[in-house]
Amino acid sequence: MDPKKAESWLRVTSKGLFCEPGDFFIDPTSGSSRAVITHGHGDHARPNHHAVLATPGTLAIMRSRFGENAGRSLQALPYGETIRLGGVSVTLVPAGHILGSAQVVMEYQGCRVVVSGDYKRRPDATCPPFEPQPCDIFVTEATFALPVFRHPEDTAEIDKLLHSVRLFPERSHVVGVYALGKCQRVLSLLRRQGYEEPVYIHGALEALCDLYEKEGVALGPLKPVLGVSKEALKGKIVLAPPSANTDRWSRRLPEPVVAMASGWMRVRQRAKQGGVELPLVISDHADWDELTQTIDEVKPSEIWVTHGREEALIRHATLKGYKARALSLIGFDEEGQ
Amino acid sequence: MNRFAALLDGLVFTPSRNGKLRLMTDYFATTPDPERGWALAALTGDLNFREAKAGQIRELVLARVDPELFGWSYDFVGDLAETVSLIWPTPEKVDVLPTPGLAEIVEKLRSTRRGDVGVLMAGWLDALDASGRWALLKLVTGGLRVGVSARLAKTALAELGKVDLDRIEEVWHGLEAPYEALFAWLDGRAPKPEVGDRPTFSPLMLANPIEAEELVALDPAAYFAEWKWDGIRVQLVSRGAEKRLYSRTGDDVGRAFPDILESVPDGVVLDGELLVLREGEVAPFNDLQQRLNRKLASAKMLSDFPAWVRLYDMLEAEGEDLRPLPLSERRVRLENWYRAGTRPRLDLSPLIAFSSWEELGELRDGARERGIEGLMLKRKDWAYVSGRPKGPWFKWKRGALTLDTVLMYAQRGHGKRSSFYSDYTFGVWRDGELVPVGKAYFGFTDEELLLLDKWVRNNTTNRYGPVREVSPGLVLEVAFDSVHRSTRHKSGVAMRFPRIHRIRWDKPHPEADTLETLSKLVT
Ligand SMILES: [Zn+2]
Ligand SMILES: [Zn+2]
Repeated sequence: MDPKKAESWLRVTSKGLFCEPGDFFIDPTSGSSRAVITHGHGDHARPNHHAVLATPGTLAIMRSRFGENAGRSLQALPYGETIRLGGVSVTLVPAGHILGSAQVVMEYQGCRVVVSGDYKRRPDATCPPFEPQPCDIFVTEATFALPVFRHPEDTAEIDKLLHSVRLFPERSHVVGVYALGKCQRVLSLLRRQGYEEPVYIHGALEALCDLYEKEGVALGPLKPVLGVSKEALKGKIVLAPPSANTDRWSRRLPEPVVAMASGWMRVRQRAKQGGVELPLVISDHADWDELTQTIDEVKPSEIWVTHGREEALIRHATLKGYKARALSLIGFDEEGQ
Repeated sequence: MNRFAALLDGLVFTPSRNGKLRLMTDYFATTPDPERGWALAALTGDLNFREAKAGQIRELVLARVDPELFGWSYDFVGDLAETVSLIWPTPEKVDVLPTPGLAEIVEKLRSTRRGDVGVLMAGWLDALDASGRWALLKLVTGGLRVGVSARLAKTALAELGKVDLDRIEEVWHGLEAPYEALFAWLDGRAPKPEVGDRPTFSPLMLANPIEAEELVALDPAAYFAEWKWDGIRVQLVSRGAEKRLYSRTGDDVGRAFPDILESVPDGVVLDGELLVLREGEVAPFNDLQQRLNRKLASAKMLSDFPAWVRLYDMLEAEGEDLRPLPLSERRVRLENWYRAGTRPRLDLSPLIAFSSWEELGELRDGARERGIEGLMLKRKDWAYVSGRPKGPWFKWKRGALTLDTVLMYAQRGHGKRSSFYSDYTFGVWRDGELVPVGKAYFGFTDEELLLLDKWVRNNTTNRYGPVREVSPGLVLEVAFDSVHRSTRHKSGVAMRFPRIHRIRWDKPHPEADTLETLSKLVT
């Protein structure tokens, strides 16, 4: 396959990746006539599109976050089903990132392109696992594309939290989590490690936890922090958005041990700067090993890298004999290469 | 090793003293010998390897990782040991490699020639996880800094064994890693270890602060008075042909003071103040700081900053423990010993003659010369008792200096205070502009902290990460012990022990003090 061929129908615009024959954008950065959305995170799903195509889970998230502004017409495409848009066949395949997250598989004139969206490879009970799709062109994310990012086992990180809870029974543990995905993932990991006590959650996390429950993801007993006495929060686990740790909000907690669940916690300086006492390396993005192994599995003729540290992943792929470029350069004149 | 690494991880991130203590006590209680003993030695700084050089480590990793990728990673992480620990490619058959214990690592490093350390290291790096690799690399490159003092590690031991910290200090310098006899005692399996005539540290007798009003209840004739010198309290021990110079907390600081150690004769334990003296005059505290900052002293340092110990007590002479004797007798023994020979680098802290507290108070207020912080009052009939007994010893400090300053910046605190702006940078006026002159983060009550935090949030003009700049408007009366010239500060002066004395909600900020006023207080 000649990747030049794909460049004739897929190009990068100021709004993001645009599929010309299908007349749709993928994760456009602002309102558009037609958008295919990989998942519900704010840097991918934006309000005010005319028509939106996404998995039922992603649409539920968008409705919950944007209400009326989620889009004029919302079309659900379940995992594995194919739809034709202007001669381009489009399939959404699980990405293993968060509830509803999908890779976008496009086929046009014998050329198969996969846009990974955000993804990870390790097990996550809150969403179906990533399915590698052999393709001609693999558009991959690169959030943690440096070889220093190798996430440890989730269970070891959760055990670290539970050990600390046992060691400091007179304190509360407040874990900073993003409201969508990470919060529910941490809850599900806690349950998997046998933690059955109620987990106390910040008000900003409630709506999305409800949504996950409604979508059939069991999170165990949850209680709001609001109105609970300091005394009653001793020895308890509290989940809150990362910013709440330094808010006046946190003063209601008894001597909180400040934890944070994020892939960035792998780097000590990052954790220290954020005033984190208990860094938990729990990520919803592929780490270096997952990124590089996935490339080997999907065996693309060419890799387009986006969303993070492009240069390192391109370097690695090139050393391994792949053709790789930064997605931001696609469609620009590169005759010289 | 992985458990030790997990402990270090915890210590690095836990800001509070109590949190660190809990982590260490838990580790010592649940880790077997000799692993925990070597860990203890690493924490107290008693593990010294023929260090592996950074270049050696870099070479090991570049044999396995693309230099370009390594370079970008190093730029991102910013620390060599951490970069290597994270980037080290795990070999396929990781399961068959046993994780090395700390004891094994210590033993092998000690018995391996420097040239062979690389091979050894590579094998261990393969077998350890990222935390373990970090701990190992920090250990062998001598960069293990986890915010734990030897004192704090020993405090954890005291909690583990439910014994007084002083009982541990008494034997500490007579023991060696991996401290199995010590742990056996702390576990309650054996008696306290015997240390014979090693030059161990005798925990110090400490004084309580006192104010003039409280003195009237005391009989002046029952007390000796001495100047309170502005140096570092030390204990000089010379026993069994070994000599040590200990800090107040029992840290051995002798390596930086060969001039002192050289001049101590055999068979004494002395208590005194470490000072830099020039022709009998106490040099500024900064001069002593120069010496304290160095692990080893160069010949130039030794001649530029001559160190002395000004003696005020004698705890042992010729193998005889003098501590049970009353101070009046110990003083006689000290003076007789001092006069019986030449004592270079040692002098006596004189006793001050006085007959009433009023008279002594006048002497105290009149003594403005450098090096004097106030007075020490010591009961003549008391034995030398370690710790801080109530009654026998008092420090009667000269009144603190104070200054009205203006709050300029506030920074969020750590741990319990992480939601509060609790670290304050304050300034004084110079030509109509505020110049920062210091930083304080204590001296106020919890209620005042709430008010200060609120004021900072309501008067923020700029934010830089955890720091907020505030509009000038709040006057803080700052207390401090003294002021020194400093080239490191924009203002040219630095305060010692600044703390918030009062919050002057009432005072208009243009009426705060000037840099000129502050500069006049420089000693
Ligand atoms: Zn995402
Ligand atoms: Zn994203």
